[in-house]
Order: sequence, then C-alpha cells, then structure tokens
Amino acid sequence: MTTLIGEAVQVRQLEKSFGEWPVLWDLDLSVPWGQTLVLFGANGAGKTTLLRILATHVRPDHGSVAVAGHNLRARPDAVRRRIGVVGHRSLLYDDLTCQENLVYYSRLFGLKDHKPRVDEVLEKVKLGDRAGHLVRTLSNGMQKRAAIARAILHQPDVLLMDEPETGLDRESVAILDELLAEWTASGRSVVMTTHDLDLGLSWGHRAGVLRGGKVHFPGTDSHGGKDENGDGAIRQAVTAALEAGR
Amino acid sequence: MNGLLRPVLVIVWKDLLLELRSKDLVVSVLVFGLLVVLVFNFALNNAPGRSEELAPGILWAAFAFAAVMAMNRAFVRDQEQGGLEGLLISPVSRDAIFLGKALTSLVFMLLVEAALLPVYAVMLNFSALSFNLVLTIFLGTLGFAVVGTLFSAMAVQTRSRELMLPVLFFPVVLPVIIASVEASTRAVGGETFIGLGRWLPLIGVFDAVFLVICPWIFAFVVEE
Repeated sequence: MTTLIGEAVQVRQLEKSFGEWPVLWDLDLSVPWGQTLVLFGANGAGKTTLLRILATHVRPDHGSVAVAGHNLRARPDAVRRRIGVVGHRSLLYDDLTCQENLVYYSRLFGLKDHKPRVDEVLEKVKLGDRAGHLVRTLSNGMQKRAAIARAILHQPDVLLMDEPETGLDRESVAILDELLAEWTASGRSVVMTTHDLDLGLSWGHRAGVLRGGKVHFPGTDSHGGKDENGDGAIRQAVTAALEAGR
Repeated sequence: MNGLLRPVLVIVWKDLLLELRSKDLVVSVLVFGLLVVLVFNFALNNAPGRSEELAPGILWAAFAFAAVMAMNRAFVRDQEQGGLEGLLISPVSRDAIFLGKALTSLVFMLLVEAALLPVYAVMLNFSALSFNLVLTIFLGTLGFAVVGTLFSAMAVQTRSRELMLPVLFFPVVLPVIIASVEASTRAVGGETFIGLGRWLPLIGVFDAVFLVICPWIFAFVVEE
C-alpha cells in the first residue's frame, strides 16, 4: 500500500449536468481512510455518475475532486493508479480466460512479477479453479467475482463499487463481505452504491443518501459516525428518496 | 518512451490474442478483399497492356474498402465488452491507447494485404515483387490506420457507426488514396524510387501530421 495522504476522497462543490439536465450540484463529500461509505438513492439520483467521476471516467463541470490525495483534474493518471473500480460491467473480454484478462490488466498497471498476484486474487474470489476458463463461459455471479479480482489486482487504495452485490449468490456476498472488511482494516477505503439496505448498512461505516444532487447523511452524529437511531434514520431517508424519485 | 511503448504493446498483444481466438475480423476482411478484386476483374476490361493503368486503382479501392471494414470493428469489441472503459480507468495515457489500437489495425490490415497482394498480382497481371510498391502500400496503410482509428473511436459511440465511419474517413484519406494510386502506378510500371516523384513523400507527410494530431484529438473523443 502506498502512503496515505489527506482523505481517501474529498469532493467540494461538485456539479455535473448532462445537457440541460443537472445530476449533481454543490455536492460535498469526504471519506476518511479505513472507512466504507455506502451511498443509497433512487434510480437516476446520480450514484453511478458520482462513482464515474471519482473513477476519472466522467469529467465534472465544476468543483474540486481529490482521490487518494491527488486532484482529479491535475493528476488523473495518479488517481487511476490508486483506484479499483467494480461497475455494472465486468470490463473483461469474453473471449479471454480469467487469467488472460487479469494478466492483461496487470500489464496495463505495470505490475512486476504479476503471475503470483493473478493467482492470489483469483483464489481470493474463489475462482482459482476457473482461471483457464473463458469469461463467456462463466455465470454472471462468477463474472462479477472476476471483475472484483480485476479491481483489487493492483492493490488500490480506494475501491469504487457500483452495486457490487448485484447478481451475487450468498457465497459470493460472503466473499465480498470478507474482502471489504480486510480492505478497510488495512486502512484503505471503499465507496460503494447499493440498493440493498441491509447489506449496505452492514458494510458501511457511514451511509449517505443521494437526493437532489447532494449527499445527505441522516442519522449521523457530529463526528460523522452513526448516532443511536442511525440505521432507522437512513432507512426512513432511503424510503423517502425512493418515493420522491430523484 | 518505454512508458509509452509498453502499454502500446500490451494493447496489441490483447487484440491479437482476441483475433487469433475469434478470427472474425481477418477472415471477413480477407473474403471481402477477394470479392472486390473479383468483381472489378470482371467488371472492367482488363485487357493485356491495360493492367498497369487499372491495377493500382483496383488495388487501392479494395484496400480502402477493406480498411473501412476493419476499422468498423476496431473499437466494437472494446465498446461492447467494456474493454475501452477498462483502458480508460487504467493509468495508461490516451496516446498509448490510441497508438495501441492504431498499431493493431495496421498489423491486421498489413496481414490481409500481404495475403491479397499475390492474388491481385495474378488476377490483375502485374508484378508484386517491387520494393517501391511494398513501401507505398505500407505508408498508405499507415495513413488509413491512423485516421481510421480516430474516426472509429468517434463512430463507435454513434448508433449508425457503419455509415458514420466511411462518411468521416474517405474525405480525410482522399489525399492518401490519390497519392498511393499515383505512386503504385509508377511502382508497377517499374519506376525507380526517385521516379515515384512527390507522391511517396506526400503520403509520408500525411502520416506524420496525422500521427501527431490524431492521438491528441482522441483524448477528447473518449472523454465523457
């Protein structure tokens, strides 16, 4: 792990619109090292857009964003080196095996002596026995696990996960559970979105609701932790957000 | 330089591996190239003595259409399977991504042309054993690959990419097609390197200019 500077994620006055359609505006957010932030919100609330901005894939219209201590505009390459992304798509090639895909990504990330690392991450997501299988022959859940292996391959400091539990069976959720605990215990951070309230609340050190272009932290005390009624307040806020739409 | 070359080669390695496994691009472009020359061969009066006049035009018409066909697929697999997004969130520069894709396209097209050239030489009755002709083909194809890769990256984001690519591609590569036909005509006619005149340097200048411009524009094309 590299030296951890400042906060894992720091967002100030972020704004993003698609055409005339504002998605995020005046959004402030910070994620300390060693924590998992879980974001809830209705469809179209901007959860994926926020993650794609943090992943340097979408350019913000306004505001400052720093990930792992690096400004997104000034040093996007440094940010990319220190993030791992699990999105809706696996970002793996169907006609390559799991191992070939991971070797490809480890070469892109410039990993030296990548073979043991590839084997290690495949074992971690319980795909060691499928290493030589083409990705197209894997089930959706296995492809998701392979995508998680891809995301953690270069040992990023910040994991960005967009609904990582989608398509995962109970065993795979347990693997993810273990991985997230290990990740934050080592001082690294995770930002994730989910629609599963129970899983999200069990995984997150903090939980926020994205609504009206901003992140709200209901049930949070003055230090940013969960207060006595934290989970209940989050549940209420998520329900209200879902009923209200964006 | 090593920082640029390594990811370029990694991208080429991945694309060649995918193509070796599927063979869908090279085979379809190869068959298409054969059909084009077959149709031209019967459609035009390729009488003895006219081959030097007709062959270069037919050759480059086939190469240009085959290039469009190959370029149409250059980013499709990456776009459909998320590989392009994977590249964009990796710490690889946009220049390296562009050059990797362009080099892959160049390799594919040169492989197809190497297979087609002897067939064309027999059917159109000209000698393919000419260094000047091979050099012209290489430089012309490089121009196609560089410009085609950029427009392929643009077209793949549109719904009508099959239509969009040739509409964007042909007007820009027209100087390369004209210069390549002129240089090839002289090469087939047995002219020396000097005898190719200004046509070969013209293709070289085109390639050099677009090798600088295209990676720069590509960074904006893939930005959301």
